[in-house]
Amino acid sequence: MGDDTWKDLFPGAFSQAFFFPSFNVRDLHTVDNGILEHLYPTMDGGEWDVLIAHFLGVDHCGHKYGPHHPEMAKKLSQMDQVIQGLVERLENDTLLVVIGDHGMTITGDHGGDSDLEISAALFLYSPKALFPRVPPKEPEIVPQISLVPTLALLLGLPIPFGNIGEVMAELFAEAEDSQPHSSALAQASALHLNAQQVSRFLHTYSAAAQNLQVKELHQLQNLFSKASADYQRLLQSPQGAEAALQTVITELQQFLRGVRAMCIESWARFSLGRMAGGAALLAAACFLCLLVSQWATYPGFHPLLLTPMACGLASTIVCAGLLATTGLKLDPVVLGAMAAVGSLLPFLWKAWAGWGSKRPLAALFPIPGPVLLFLLIRFAAFFSDSFVVAEARATPFLLGSLILLLVAQLHWEGKLLPPKLLTIPRLCFSASAGQPRHSGTHALGLGVGLLLCIRLAGLFHRCPEETPACHSSPWLSPLASMVGGRAKNLWYGACVGALVALLAAVRLWLCRYSNLKSPEPSVLFVRWGLPLMVLGTAAYWALASGADEAPPRLRALVAGASVVLPRAVAGLAASGLMLLLWRPVTVLVKATTGTPRTRTVLTPFSGPPTSQADLDYVVPQIYRHMQEEFRGRLERTKSQGPLTVAAYQLGSVYSAAMVTALTLLAFPLLLLHAERISLVFLLLFLQSFLLLHLLAAGIPITTPGPFTVPWQAVSAWALMATQTFYSLGHQPVFPAIHWHAAFVGFPEGHGSSTWLPALLVGANTFASHLLFAVGCPLLLLWPFLCESQGARKRWQPLGNEAEARVRPEEEEEPRMEMRLRDAPHHFNAALLQLGLKYLFVLGIQILACALAASILRRHLMVWKVFAPKFIFEAMGFIVSSVGLFLGIALVMRVDGAVSSWFRQLILAQQR
Amino acid sequence: MKDTDIKRLLYTHLLCIFSIILSICIPSFFLENFSILETHLTWLCICSVFVTAVNLVLYLIVKPNASSKRSSISYKVTRFLKCCIYFLMSCFFFHVIFVLYGAPLIELVLETFLFAVILSTFTTVPCLCLLGPNIKAWLRVFSRNGVTSIWENSLQITTISSFIGTWLGAFPIPLDWERPWQMAIERKKMCRSFCVPGMVLGTVTQ
Repeated sequence: MGDDTWKDLFPGAFSQAFFFPSFNVRDLHTVDNGILEHLYPTMDGGEWDVLIAHFLGVDHCGHKYGPHHPEMAKKLSQMDQVIQGLVERLENDTLLVVIGDHGMTITGDHGGDSDLEISAALFLYSPKALFPRVPPKEPEIVPQISLVPTLALLLGLPIPFGNIGEVMAELFAEAEDSQPHSSALAQASALHLNAQQVSRFLHTYSAAAQNLQVKELHQLQNLFSKASADYQRLLQSPQGAEAALQTVITELQQFLRGVRAMCIESWARFSLGRMAGGAALLAAACFLCLLVSQWATYPGFHPLLLTPMACGLASTIVCAGLLATTGLKLDPVVLGAMAAVGSLLPFLWKAWAGWGSKRPLAALFPIPGPVLLFLLIRFAAFFSDSFVVAEARATPFLLGSLILLLVAQLHWEGKLLPPKLLTIPRLCFSASAGQPRHSGTHALGLGVGLLLCIRLAGLFHRCPEETPACHSSPWLSPLASMVGGRAKNLWYGACVGALVALLAAVRLWLCRYSNLKSPEPSVLFVRWGLPLMVLGTAAYWALASGADEAPPRLRALVAGASVVLPRAVAGLAASGLMLLLWRPVTVLVKATTGTPRTRTVLTPFSGPPTSQADLDYVVPQIYRHMQEEFRGRLERTKSQGPLTVAAYQLGSVYSAAMVTALTLLAFPLLLLHAERISLVFLLLFLQSFLLLHLLAAGIPITTPGPFTVPWQAVSAWALMATQTFYSLGHQPVFPAIHWHAAFVGFPEGHGSSTWLPALLVGANTFASHLLFAVGCPLLLLWPFLCESQGARKRWQPLGNEAEARVRPEEEEEPRMEMRLRDAPHHFNAALLQLGLKYLFVLGIQILACALAASILRRHLMVWKVFAPKFIFEAMGFIVSSVGLFLGIALVMRVDGAVSSWFRQLILAQQR
Repeated sequence: MKDTDIKRLLYTHLLCIFSIILSICIPSFFLENFSILETHLTWLCICSVFVTAVNLVLYLIVKPNASSKRSSISYKVTRFLKCCIYFLMSCFFFHVIFVLYGAPLIELVLETFLFAVILSTFTTVPCLCLLGPNIKAWLRVFSRNGVTSIWENSLQITTISSFIGTWLGAFPIPLDWERPWQMAIERKKMCRSFCVPGMVLGTVTQ
């Protein structure tokens, strides 16, 4: 009875329970009064073996008022009365144990490791005489872990397996028959039982983990076998001297204490040096990311890289040699750290030398103020356990603020509204009805849509255990757990609808940029393979959610299908990705007569050669060449009309590959989640689409010059990855991991292999990290895509063919992503910069987590909040880094493929 | 001209702050059990009414912008009605924004709405007083180089600092585990405490 934490810790363990809300620290009396109401009746009722009353008033009082306060005096005297009342009512065979689970500092708080906090009172009382002699004035300190074996043995229960505590020998001395021999024998037998259990534990543990000192272990085992042999000998010959018994007791106690000391030494050990080194290394790496992301766009950057690499390698070799010659063990962690330091230092040195002369130091911190503020808030939030627990709510809040900030910034800089409107307020009402005004509401609509998406995604939210008032969303559970056929069917329909909507959206997008007409195999796969995948997923869900209702004849079929279907979907996705890597260029080349300009949506390179300036570019030259070729051919076939060669979809060739890859990745990941999470995946695609559009509205396209992705874009992207992590139903704690993901496609389990289930569960947990990291290059590509819209709008009024034919040279073509190809040097630099910026934003997070976990390593919540958070964040960082690498590699692959495609064209034309 | 304007600006801001303080003190004489923390809803209403009243009175006395040429009764009435509609719309707009930002949809709806009302009184009412029901003028004032007078400048600063204060007020929410409605209170307190220095700053920087 009392503190309702017991209910959560041991649900269903008590035959009778009276729990009261314990979370409110200011409420001193609810729990205590509730206990007092039930304590005595229950005691007198007599239907109990163990009665636990957890009073909380003193603890709350300490937190609220501190130990030296009249309230505390009241509370303590109340407790005094309680104990007196209990003592009066105790039967002869009852033991009263009064313990505090911790002490308090002079401010009344606890959780640290100071003596005041970790020492508490222990009071044992029984009407029967417990102790053979009067207890000493200064009783010895009993470790808290000793309570478990003592109470277990006193209750006649076996000692729990994992215990390393030592029984309190005094309690087992039988005081009544004052024969010292039998009392010592009782003590010895209790200790021996305890020692046997501890020795068993030690044996099992040392077989499983190698972190105990071998020598000490051996010594202790010898001690135990000797003491145990002595004990057996004494049992055989009961007339043995009392002195011998005492030695056995001391030996057993020595053994138990030795084990405890050894375990404490090897378990609760923090390597401060490694912590500091790791944090410093992380910080340096973050700094490096920042630095290099600034320099990536400057020319003359690459020579800086070589010497540090060489230095790093050299220092590693030297270090390894040193360690090898001195005979120390080679620690790969230390070696890696040395390599990193060795390459970092010369780079920073060179950077410093190069920097001081050329540029002002202020340019080192290029992050704009508001974004810096956001990053700082995020950094600081990791140090407070409330904020870590509330991160699922805080991240959407920050993301929403960032989005509104973006919209407000657009407005502030006058990009939302036409300039006329701003300068002459009243006169231009009619003029403002035009197109720019539309774009203003467009951006606002994007922002509100994003907020709406985020809010909706927030509905899929799993609660952390620490917030009792919060209720997890019921939509996170799989459909199979639902009762009620109608609701289940409706939900199933919604989930399949989400799948179809996702598919339709992707196809629509590709269609809009007309990448869907190409005869390339990857496009064919998008047209036919994706619907197949949707079909497979839907069928699998149907089986999974209704597996129990299947008629017995079909059981085998259902079981087989639930194995085959997920594997088939995953296989399809993998083959699709392979196809994409093999032929990433989704371009359709057509040699047509007539006027393709008016017929096609996007014809980035078409028509006769353009002005003199464009001749500098490679691409128009190719076209000129091709056009001449075709002209020759057409003359041969005697056809008339103006001649044009059109390469469709070249403007979106990079992002089409990216989007296809993301969709292909998303489907297997989706399969690993519960059915209703598919709605979140739909929202994920929708909101990243909206965010990209919003960001693209604020990024100017610098045609020849260096391309940059602004910091706010990168931070918003990283924030969105975190937000999606939570809305996919995850929490950074181990109980919240979706273990069922390991059984998707493997309903019978995996046998002995561990990497496959680990991979499945990891893919489930870090799905959002992976998707967003792979999709990161889209941040760079999207503004170029959006360019087409403005251009098209200008195009439409021209309308008729005649005019189009008259003015092809004057019209600026939407070159879109081909602008990137025009400046390959800048393109590479921008990709590098984007990757580094993303890594920096993620690196800041993991640095904060690492610092929090190491600084607060003695915090009460370290194993519950900070350490799991750090582990999750670190895993997420690794997944994100790999994903980022893959995404950039994909872009490079497309780039290479486009180049070879151009080359092939030239060769084909020359023949 | 400028000096007198600055003086008037200072007085108006001082009066605004004074009205907020009054809204804390005065009701305790008339209402039983009144305190900011316990009966926060009442206080929110009272504070909102006070600030609105003070703003209106000040506007009528000071008349910072040039009076419009038309002064027929019907014009004034439509203008007033328009202002009311704008105020209500801004309340609903803020409410929607709060919900989008994570406020619960159904529970605490009264708190959220009252909070929207008070934020509107801090932001929309001065705008309405100074600029009238003219969205374009508002948009002009809240953009770079859009400010034409001291009054508009101070309006810009106070409004933006109110928004920032509201935003900052959300940060203690995860920290308190007491009562959910404290959210509103915390936000409110923060809002005001950031609003007031903003006002003073606005005056000083002129």
